[in-house]
Amino acid sequence: MEFFQVQFSKADLLVVAPELVLAGFALLILLMSAFIRSERKGFLGYTALVGVIVAFVSLYWEMGIEASAFSDMVRIDPFSLFFKVMILIIVLLTVLISLAYVKREGIDFGEYYVLVFFAAVGMMLMASGANLLIIFLGLEVMSISIYILAGIMRDDVRSVEAAFKYFLLGAFASAFLLYGIALTYASTGTLDLGGIGRILAERTWINGLPILITGLALLIVGFGFKIALVPFHMWTPDVYEGAPTSVTAFMATGVKAAGFAAFVRVFFFALPSLQPYWTEIMWGLAVATMTVGNIIALSQDNIKRMLAYSSIAHAGYILVAFVAGNELGQSSILFYLLAYCFMNLGAFTVVILLGKKGEENTLISDYAGLGFGHPLLAVAMAIFMFSLAGVPPTAGFMAKFYVFSAAVKANYYWLAVIGVLNSAVAAYYYLRVLIYMYFREPEKELTIGGFSPAAVLAVIISVWGVLHIGILPSAFLSLARRSIEFLL
Amino acid sequence: MFSSVPPIYFLIVSAVIFAIGAMGVLVRRNAIVIFMCIEMMLSAVNLTLITASHYLNSLDGVLMVFFVMTVAAAEAAVGLAIFVLLFRGRRTIKVDEINLLKW
Amino acid sequence: MMLSQYVPVLFIIGLGIFFAVFAVVASRLLGPRRINPAKASPYECGMITLGPTHQAIPIKYYIIAMLFLVFDLEVVFLYPWAVIFRTLGVFGFVEMMIFIFILLVGFIYIWKKGALEWE
Repeated sequence: MEFFQVQFSKADLLVVAPELVLAGFALLILLMSAFIRSERKGFLGYTALVGVIVAFVSLYWEMGIEASAFSDMVRIDPFSLFFKVMILIIVLLTVLISLAYVKREGIDFGEYYVLVFFAAVGMMLMASGANLLIIFLGLEVMSISIYILAGIMRDDVRSVEAAFKYFLLGAFASAFLLYGIALTYASTGTLDLGGIGRILAERTWINGLPILITGLALLIVGFGFKIALVPFHMWTPDVYEGAPTSVTAFMATGVKAAGFAAFVRVFFFALPSLQPYWTEIMWGLAVATMTVGNIIALSQDNIKRMLAYSSIAHAGYILVAFVAGNELGQSSILFYLLAYCFMNLGAFTVVILLGKKGEENTLISDYAGLGFGHPLLAVAMAIFMFSLAGVPPTAGFMAKFYVFSAAVKANYYWLAVIGVLNSAVAAYYYLRVLIYMYFREPEKELTIGGFSPAAVLAVIISVWGVLHIGILPSAFLSLARRSIEFLL
Repeated sequence: MFSSVPPIYFLIVSAVIFAIGAMGVLVRRNAIVIFMCIEMMLSAVNLTLITASHYLNSLDGVLMVFFVMTVAAAEAAVGLAIFVLLFRGRRTIKVDEINLLKW
Repeated sequence: MMLSQYVPVLFIIGLGIFFAVFAVVASRLLGPRRINPAKASPYECGMITLGPTHQAIPIKYYIIAMLFLVFDLEVVFLYPWAVIFRTLGVFGFVEMMIFIFILLVGFIYIWKKGALEWE
């Protein structure tokens, strides 16, 4: 057997600079939380904020370079840079909305930010991993942190139950993913994504096609669980409802973005030669995911649960772009994820702002009369709902438009038709929130329980993101295209 | 000494173990037993990886096994903590009795 | 062909089963049997147990077990490193020190949090 030649240079560290910054800050906060006195714990949240900003700054040196590091284990290229920026935006917004929320709910442990940071490190490794080993490790670092985050409200049985369900099903799914990786390795002889791609393209040496196809199917199951595709979605509503709302927001956007990043990289970079085998499966998954997600969302009364089913449906729309697989389709995956992260985080922030300790106000009927009581907040919520429903001029509309035109261009007419019908169905339950906000008398006094300037800033950033992407989409689309074109 | 045994035998054994584990997860009700079944699935994967690594003469698979083992340990630690927490609140870890969240 | 390699294994298994069965059956057939209450009790010596024998294990054991599990598994990475320590040189040493430093941070954390206190 060959010996590993260890090559290492300082440039390698640059490739994982934001990961290192976040991990370093996580360790720092961990130590601080052990030593700091409990009345000064508010300090930890601001340290986390500084950490995110330093990580953003560290990205500056990564711009425009394309390199791989640590013996081809991780890569920095426009694709991973795009996702790193997106994940850092998600972490920034999560920290902003958490500052007041964790205090209100009595979960203001330093460990909260530590786990958010570790999860973000895992997400970034998933986006930048060039080797199945790193993608697996990133996925597990992310998942294990989020299992704990979901159950961080230790005295709330619902939160613990959410953690329990997510943990058992998550571990089950990662076993499938791992078996998929093992079978892919057994048939191609390498874990390197580029290497797998080359071997499959040349068809020089494949050790049993059935093994490879089985591996492919298991990989779809594993990734499909993380990004909540039907029929691997059963955990999503329970976990999203039970977990603390700030964690739900982080999970709904971050895990989905990182999951799709790894999914896209593995399938379009390493396994494009198998496209005939997986397109059919994905077609079925896309239709099932959109339809089931939207139809069950219709009957939800809890807004967190409704947003959970809506996130399933959105994964279905993104999968439509995945099936289309052409240039527009691939760029619209990234475009859609960016739009989705703003509108979804924004909606969850509004949900957080309306809750109080012990009284979360997560029923849709609790929103009755919000338009009169808190007009500005209601307008923000309306923008997010319009965007999720896909009404112009919001980001959600442009994202859906690109996805469906990609499907039409690739001659998947039926898929586009089913998608458009689904968006029509979806409009019903998003607009129901608006009807409650503007056309119903309030049933009870609605006060902003957790008002905090930071959370309001998060809402403003999200509104800006939704409107900016919606009104000037071409810049973002060309950014997405530049990020993904090297994969082709 | 293993070189005369065809690799497919090992792959079949690991597939069978993996399937037993997966069936266990689906039919058992005790969370600890379910978690043990998941660990069994991971061990089956490790067997596949080592087999492939041995017959392909590459170290990647063995390397992967190290990480799978570590990840499994981390998962076990977190899982046990969650089970203990749940048991404290609900006095049960039977998966069919854990049903507060439902549509 | 290759299955013939397993014949010795089969032989050993057969021998093992035979010996176990032989020992049990022979002692059953040949040995005298006189049962009295003292022999039938679970403990032949000592006191009869009072109350249920299955006691709940204190939760502290689980904490120790969890911590042990996590820290113990890190040794998996130390062994291969020790084997090729010379080949890796200074770089490997620094790398491993960083790894241990991260573990140390975790250790200090659980120490300060009091997870290692027994009472």
